[in-house]
Amino acid sequence: MPLGLGCSSRPGTSRANRTGSWRTFRPVFVHGRCTKCGLCIQICPEGCISKNSEGFPEPDLAYCKGCGVCAEECPGEAIEMQKEEK
Amino acid sequence: MMEIMEGSHAVAHAVRMCRPDVIAAYPITPQTHIVEALAEMVANCTLDSEYITVESEFSALSACLGASAAGSRVYSATTSQGLALMFEVCFNTAGMRLPVVMSIVNRALGAPLSIWNDQQDSISLRDAGWLQFYAEDNQEATDLHYIAYRVAEDRRVLLPAFVCFDGFILSHTYEPVEMLAQDQVDGYLPRYQPVIKLDSTDPVSLGLFASPDYYMEFRYQIDRALKDSGKVIREAGRLFGEMFGRDYGSPVEEYRMDDADCAIVAMGSICGTIKDAIDEMREEGRRAGLLRIRTFRPFPGEEVRKALSGVSSVAVLDKNISLGSKGAVALEVRDALYGSGVPVHGYIIALGGRDVAKKDVRNVVEMAMAGKGDIFYGLRREVLE
Repeated sequence: MPLGLGCSSRPGTSRANRTGSWRTFRPVFVHGRCTKCGLCIQICPEGCISKNSEGFPEPDLAYCKGCGVCAEECPGEAIEMQKEEK
Repeated sequence: MMEIMEGSHAVAHAVRMCRPDVIAAYPITPQTHIVEALAEMVANCTLDSEYITVESEFSALSACLGASAAGSRVYSATTSQGLALMFEVCFNTAGMRLPVVMSIVNRALGAPLSIWNDQQDSISLRDAGWLQFYAEDNQEATDLHYIAYRVAEDRRVLLPAFVCFDGFILSHTYEPVEMLAQDQVDGYLPRYQPVIKLDSTDPVSLGLFASPDYYMEFRYQIDRALKDSGKVIREAGRLFGEMFGRDYGSPVEEYRMDDADCAIVAMGSICGTIKDAIDEMREEGRRAGLLRIRTFRPFPGEEVRKALSGVSSVAVLDKNISLGSKGAVALEVRDALYGSGVPVHGYIIALGGRDVAKKDVRNVVEMAMAGKGDIFYGLRREVLE
């Protein structure tokens, strides 16, 4: 996004802030243990998890901060947090 | 029209003719006469401005920031401890690219408490992203306000500006000042046309959070705008000269520098004394000259290098000190002359209102020619033990 004069920004532009760069641990969804209950989608603070074409939850890594709330709350322990090397 | 006026009143009248929409200020010695005069003009309906009384300097500049963000032409004035209290807002004003113009009536910073003049206050804000002009006399202090508004509000600049002049030495001194007429000022200074402003019908947020992915680029933009403002200052200064006969096209003034052997570099009212001392030395056949810095930010490094590259010795008089290092002007001049081989000697002088006489200027020239510098000039050794 080009910089706005005076650190200015128009409404509805917060998506330009791609918070995925903050991440240290990334969530890895293990489909074998996933029941597709959708709890992770509801509790993700960033709202960046959605169902894919097979019904499995999938994070948008451009915005996932790697907070780990989904992994902590998943009833089937189907989400593992793996350290990312950049 | 030529009038005999106190410096503060001359500046207040110049500000009135700049037609500020909003004024917010908190009184502090030696700035008080300016804002008293402006408040009186507003009360008497000779100035159509919103005058916001506030409880501190922090609030004064915050109100100015908000009013400027809403698209107003804005004015404030302060000094010393008041400017120190504005520290945070100063950086925000520049970062949000708001062309606030503020008079700094230069005064020493405490402790120890001092109401007298040096230039430590504005120099301490040199890194804040504001333009900084320094006046030698009241005529210049007055004229620089018109120029500061024109430059600050130029779409190629959009940065706030300090107009600095020495407390008491100029602010409380009566001098002849040629005041412009309102139609002359209107012809020189167009109405402010903000590029972005807070407007509920066209919403925008200002001064936002920036992640490490963006912060450096914002800072680069401010730095680039401040450096590029040098060209706009020259244009505005030249135009002022064409319209009113007093040319401010150069960010520096050279006084008897043509064949100078020893060059003095200084800013502000001290330069009047230095010019008199130089005239005396010239009569005795000593080739001394003065390079006066009028624009400290952006720093005119090229002009300084060009003016000083032929001399055998440079003496920089600083009414400030970066404690633990050197005077701010000396550091800049050394940087500008790096690699030229010209020796630069710094003198911390006139802190907290200590007077400087012609003999002091002569002493400094003697010391610079003898290669002795980087000292506090005129220390009273007897009170130090």
